[in-house]
This record gives sequence, C-alpha cells and structure tokens, in this order.
Amino acid sequence: MNWRSIWAIVRKDLKEVRQNKAAWVPAIAVPLIFAILMPVLFIVLPQIIPIEDVQRELGDVADLLTKLPPTMGALFDGLGVEQMFILYMTGFLLAPLFLIMPLMFSSVVGADSFVGERERKTLEALLYTPATDMELFLGKVLAAVIPAISLSWLTYLVYIIVVNVASFGLFGRIWFPLPTWWPMMFWLTPAFALLGISATVLISSRVKTFMEAYQLSASLVVLVLAMVIGQVTGVLFLGVGTVLLTGSLIWIVDAILIYVGIRNFKRSMLITKL
Amino acid sequence: MTLPPMFHVKQRSPMNPIIQANNLQRHFGEQKAVDKVTFSVAPGEVFGLLGPNGAGKTTTVRLLNGILPPSGGSAQVFGLDPTLHGEKIRRQTGVLTETPALYERLSARENLEFFGILQEIPESNLRQRVDEMLEFFALSSRAKDKVETYSKGMKQRLALARALIHEPPLLFLDEPTSGLDPEAAQQVNDLIADLSHTDGQTVVMATHNLFEAQRLCDRVAIMSKGKILALGSLEELARDLWPLTWVDIKFHTRLAKDVTGILKAQRGVIEVWADAKRDALSARVENEDVIPDIVRHLVEHGASIIRVNPRDYTLEDIYFALQAREE
Repeated sequence: MNWRSIWAIVRKDLKEVRQNKAAWVPAIAVPLIFAILMPVLFIVLPQIIPIEDVQRELGDVADLLTKLPPTMGALFDGLGVEQMFILYMTGFLLAPLFLIMPLMFSSVVGADSFVGERERKTLEALLYTPATDMELFLGKVLAAVIPAISLSWLTYLVYIIVVNVASFGLFGRIWFPLPTWWPMMFWLTPAFALLGISATVLISSRVKTFMEAYQLSASLVVLVLAMVIGQVTGVLFLGVGTVLLTGSLIWIVDAILIYVGIRNFKRSMLITKL
Repeated sequence: MTLPPMFHVKQRSPMNPIIQANNLQRHFGEQKAVDKVTFSVAPGEVFGLLGPNGAGKTTTVRLLNGILPPSGGSAQVFGLDPTLHGEKIRRQTGVLTETPALYERLSARENLEFFGILQEIPESNLRQRVDEMLEFFALSSRAKDKVETYSKGMKQRLALARALIHEPPLLFLDEPTSGLDPEAAQQVNDLIADLSHTDGQTVVMATHNLFEAQRLCDRVAIMSKGKILALGSLEELARDLWPLTWVDIKFHTRLAKDVTGILKAQRGVIEVWADAKRDALSARVENEDVIPDIVRHLVEHGASIIRVNPRDYTLEDIYFALQAREE
C-alpha cells in the first residue's frame, strides 16, 4: 500500500473542495447555526421571556422528563426552571441534530470527489496512474471522512464553549458536555461520517452528477430526523447505552457498505461509465 | 524545440516489440468495441491508430494500459500482461487522454506535483522535475494560476507535461491536437516528432487527423468498428491498395491526336486518359520504372512536356479507400 499516493489524493481532493464554494458554504453555515445560534437562542430565551411562559413550555416536556432513564433524570435534580429548560434543550433535544454534520460533510466531499471527478472529466487521467484501486478508494474515502470528523469535532468544541459561557451566569459552573455527548462525539460521529461517505460511494456508481449524488446521500438525514423525533416524543432517549448501541449498529452498516463499495470500485467499472 | 536530458530514454532491443496484441477483443454487451486486433509496436516507433469515432482506438489504449480487461485474446506491453500487471505497465507509460482531464481548480504546479507523486517520483526529485516540465512547456510564468484560466493550448501542453513527468518510455496520445488552434496543434506535433525522432521514445497515437498521422507516424493501423482494416507504413498500404501507379503528364503544346495510341502501345502502360482541354493526360502504369521510357517515347514523337508527376497517395486517400471498401 503506497500511503504517499493515498495522502496525495486526500490533499488534492481537499484542495479541490476548498475551491468549490457550492460544496463548502452550506457545510459551514449549518455548524454555525448549530454551534452558536441555536444554543444562544435556547440559553438567552428563558432569561428574557417571563418565567410563567418558560414553566408552561417546560410543563409540556415534564411528561418527557418523567420518562428519562433514572441516571439521566438525576441530572435535572435540584435545578431551577430556566436551568432545566436550558439543560433539556441544549443537552438533549439538540444532541441528535449534531449527527447531521458528519453525514453532511462526508456526503458533500464524497459526492464532489467520486462523482464530481467523473463530471469534470478528470477521472480518466487518475485511472491511468499506477495507483491501485484500493489506494484510489482509500484516498477518496479518507478525503471525505477526515474533514467530516474534524469539522464535526470543531463544531462540538465551539458548542461546548458557547453553551458553558452563555449559561455560566445561570449555572455558575461548567456543566456541559453531558455524559451522553462523549460517546456521541467519539463513537457515533465517526460512524455517521463513514456512513455518509460509504452511502455516497454506492450512490456515485449509479448517478452522473455531483448534485444528484449529494441530494441522494443527503436523504440519510432522515435517519437523524428519526432520532430527533424519537427524542422529542420520548420514544428514544440518547443515553450513553443507546448511543453506544446505535453507534455499533451504524459501524456494522458502514462495514457492509464499505465492503460493497470496495468490490464496486474497480477501474474497469469506472472507466466504462465515463 | 529540443528536449531536456531527462527525456532521453533507454533504447530496448529492436527484437522485442514494446507492444504485442494478439486477437485482442473487448465487447460491451453485443457491441464489439475491439474485435480481434493483432499488431505490434517496435521500440522507438511512432504508431498510429486511425479511425473514426467509435472505431475502438481509445478502448485499445485502455486495454493496453490494463484499466480495462479484454474479453478475449491477449496483449503484452513491455513483456507484461496488462490484465495482471497493470500497475507495473502504467509506471512505464504516459497517457494523454482525449480531453486534457486536468484539475481546473488547481494550479499547473499542483496538478504536476499530484501526478508526479502518483507516478512515484521520489520526493527529493519532484520539485525539480515539476520545474523542468513547467519551463519546457513554457508554463513557468503561469505555474501558480488555476488551470481554469488557461487557454486550450496551454491546457494541452500541461496535459502533455503530466503524461511525460515520470519519463515514460512508452507514450499514448489520444487525439493529441483535438480542439487546438493550428498554432497550438503545430507546437504539439513538433513536440511529438522530437520525442520520437530525437529521443527514441515509443509513441502510440490514436487519432482521426490523417494529416497529422501521415506526418508523424512510422506505421499506422486503420481501424473501423473495432477491427483493423489495414496495417503498415504509408508506402506499404498504398502498394497493397493500388499495386499500379498513376502518372500525370502536362504538355506545353496541344495534344497530338494519336498520343493515346502511342502510349497504349508502350510496354507497361495499362490505360491512358487524355484531357485535351488542359493539354494533359494520365496513364496507369505497372510501376514507376516505366515512367522514364514513357517520357522518352513521347519526346521522340515530338511531344513538348512541361511536367511529369507520378501520383503520390496520401494517408487520406488510403483511409477513405479502405473505409469505402469496408462499407
């Protein structure tokens, strides 16, 4: 395995994506909303609207709080109304939404590098190099996964800072991230990043344009929305155990998709689609 | 244009062809893209694959580089089977694809560095090699500009630089001057001529530009619908197609009435066509050796001749004759 070639592909793909504003502008806008706008809104809101309104809002979710697993419910013990609201919104409700990021980042870069390369008619020259099919595949997957995970982690870091800073006046301590967030960041997020790229690899063999590939792989967001709905309705709460289990399932799906992707990623198959 | 020393390639034994294809086939479903083609290419030779779009030229190049497996037959490039040793073969080949296939959002330098790494040029030599290529192809002053800002000619020169960066002994050029203006096309053709004739590089050129092929290629394979219709040098192909020679004669004075008869009686003359309006005639003769006798005979009979032209066949004549015969 020639890792120099693999890293050259990674660097080249990242440079290309950086030049493609249509690819990265939406990818930057969403984290800004998630990491700054939404937490500020949820933290500032209960401090400026009347306490009765917050209590009424919280009353609606009181039922949900009773459904929380005991370990998670304990987090709310002894908190004031505003604190409970902030903890629920920023610590629980927004959590699954963050999984959109690794999916989105890896889909954008993946669609640009796998389908975009064909669309821009640059793939043929790449196939005439001595790089093996596996080296080309790994280079392209890493080019999508590395920035997806890095950008997601950066967004988490900004979110952690924003939440703690904005709520410090109310909590008087650094209380975030909650225990659930650790496996979410380091177990579930990489799994989702790989899911995004492995789905894109499969989709890319069946579509002709970057936009088609991007839109199809973006439909994976439905998975995240299902988790959000599960969280809101109380059907599924992302506790540590749930996150670890979900992550394990996603990793298995990743392994299957990557296996199929490698089997499909043959020069001879790619060249006939040019 | 002279090439830097890095282009000087090792000559191989003339006994061993660099490329040997035997009944090579590639089918896509019912369509026979390459249909049992057999040919060989000697070291240092410029070999042309000629034919219209869809003749199977590009597919042949792909088969020889091991990026497409054959449906039948076999090939050897540098003595290696492309199906099994594609990577080893591609280390020794440079391919100019039909479209430049450059990364337009990157600069010329970034493009060359990227392909230099994939072609396994050691890190210590890479920068120097890229500089040499940029200078040689007159791209140094625009090396940091994005390729999307380049003219077509510049892109084609950069694509050639990419194909040559690792000093491949075998170069495949797929429609090398397609879409270029005459000046840029001339530059590219001069370069190909230099590569082969000065530096002994083996070149396989897939093209439908017959003028270019005639100028550059030592031998050609004329392809149609995946098959090779004819293979050889221009002279060999012309001789095969037209074993008899035409000679055109222009007279200074009006044609004598009996000139046709005089010529037909001459040994080696097959047929004669007289054009009284232009004071000219055309004779089909067995071979060029007959022509001096014809001229002498006509002069002895009082003819005043101002021009004698044995008719030369161009690759274009050969190509269209073959395509017409195929249809």
